[in-house]
Amino acid sequence: MTHDVLDIAGLNKWFGGLRATNDIMLSVREGEIHAIIGPNGAGKTTLLSQIQGLLRPDDGYIKLDGEDITYEPAHKRARRGIARSFQITSLISEFPVITNAALGVQARLGHSFRFWKQAGSDLELLEPALEALRLVGLDRRAGSLVRDLSHGERRQLELAIALAQKPRLLLLDEPMAGMGRQDTSRMISLIAGLKGQYSIILIEHDMDAVFTLADRISVLVAGHVIKTGTPEQIRNDADVRAAYLGH
Amino acid sequence: MADITAFSTSRKDALAAVALIAMLALVPPAAWLLHDPFLVKVATRIVIFSLAAIAINLVLGYGGLVSLCHAGLFGIGGYVVGIAAFHVSEPIHLGPLVLGGSSDLAITLPLAMLVSGLMAMAVGAISLRTSGPYFIMITLAFNQMFYYAAIALQKYGGEDGLQILSTITLFGVDVGNRYRFYYVALAVLALATLLLGRAIGSRFGLILRAAAENETRVVVVGVQPWAYRLVAFTASGVLTGLAGALLAASQQFISPVDMAWDRSGDLVVMAVLGGIATFWGPILGAATFIALELMLSSWTQHWQLVFGLIILAIVVGLRGGLVDLLRLIMPKPAGKTT
Repeated sequence: MTHDVLDIAGLNKWFGGLRATNDIMLSVREGEIHAIIGPNGAGKTTLLSQIQGLLRPDDGYIKLDGEDITYEPAHKRARRGIARSFQITSLISEFPVITNAALGVQARLGHSFRFWKQAGSDLELLEPALEALRLVGLDRRAGSLVRDLSHGERRQLELAIALAQKPRLLLLDEPMAGMGRQDTSRMISLIAGLKGQYSIILIEHDMDAVFTLADRISVLVAGHVIKTGTPEQIRNDADVRAAYLGH
Repeated sequence: MADITAFSTSRKDALAAVALIAMLALVPPAAWLLHDPFLVKVATRIVIFSLAAIAINLVLGYGGLVSLCHAGLFGIGGYVVGIAAFHVSEPIHLGPLVLGGSSDLAITLPLAMLVSGLMAMAVGAISLRTSGPYFIMITLAFNQMFYYAAIALQKYGGEDGLQILSTITLFGVDVGNRYRFYYVALAVLALATLLLGRAIGSRFGLILRAAAENETRVVVVGVQPWAYRLVAFTASGVLTGLAGALLAASQQFISPVDMAWDRSGDLVVMAVLGGIATFWGPILGAATFIALELMLSSWTQHWQLVFGLIILAIVVGLRGGLVDLLRLIMPKPAGKTT
């Protein structure tokens, strides 16, 4: 039996009268890409935020490697190895590209109460950061400022920071959003290259990308997972077609 | 190939800081040549407020937090020196224990740093739970508390302030001499500038600066910024208290006026005027602030109006403060055309 990295059951989140997360049950197996699809407003990002700890669920549990993290704050979960690349890029624009990536490295090297040695020449930070940039194909831009990056490059940097954290579980929130065709296909092959090495939750609207990359797919409609299965099962499921793929 | 080390304190910044300190070091010989000892008095003030301005900038420019309690911390440092000197002639009797005062800077400066640091830590622990306007208001409230506490110190002069009557020494050596004292203060400023220059380029500085721009990003990689901000705030308080201690020692006087909340505003203005994006910019700001204040106030009674307009022009015209002006004047360094 394959080990589950992430295990969620009975998860609920209300925003006033709106049930944004409705009794969600979800698991992510070691090394799999688990895609979550669903129409806009289905609660995909809300779910990711609860897994990450930026939002508190009202009910249910979230377990990482069997340990209950439902109410643990976000920074502690990050140390356990939950990393996310944001749908709307969240970078430090006054820093060079490599320093952004170094942020991901630094957090896992223990506390940062080090005041003398210069981070800009600290190989313990820079080498893994450069490695993460290389993985996403951004190493040639290491010294550029974030504000000089294109949209596609920013998405790559988002991913690089997450990879620099050496995550146990990688949350990818629409990594192809707003990208041109060329950038999209590059990002698809990039994520395909991560397959097997990381356990990944992928939220994406690009169905070609989802069916190419995913090992399993969960369909989220109005905050509820109506179906989980292999791409083949999802493609042929009548309920899913009716709810989502049909139109 | 782009410069990978661009994040940390550059050689250019280090050079600028060294140049500023060196220029300040030349003031006493210049004053001696010009037979104008008053210059040293002004420069002493510049050095002391430069220290306070680079200290507040750790919180302001790098931590992204506007603190209005730094005049209070400044005053606390000053009062520690004043009160310690007061008890030279009048030891404190605590039961069988007799505590003598001191006016030796080797004892009183560290003591001032300790007390203002502890106060800063207490203020920070409470106010850093808030942010934005709330942080400004809470620090302002703390400043008022410190201010009225100083007024309430009837034994130490209350509203009239506290005169230091004993001779100021350093390791037993008399530093009451204006020139000697100046170099002591300048050495302190140089050391503080070096430490801050290192800190903002370190791992600590990286977290502090990243959290100022994007707190969520820092949290989701696994770092809670609160503790880092508290350390920055405390360190800033230690250095600000040290500056206050030096001011009290230099003018042999400290009073509640030195810790009024608008003095906190002055420190913020000095930092912004010089440029908060560099650790040395506030030195430039403090020097300009004090020189302008002096020149304009000798020229007209309504000097603050002119002063305000000049500061407005500088801040609006040069977004990065006076540091930007230097960048415009200085030729681009050769060989770095890419």
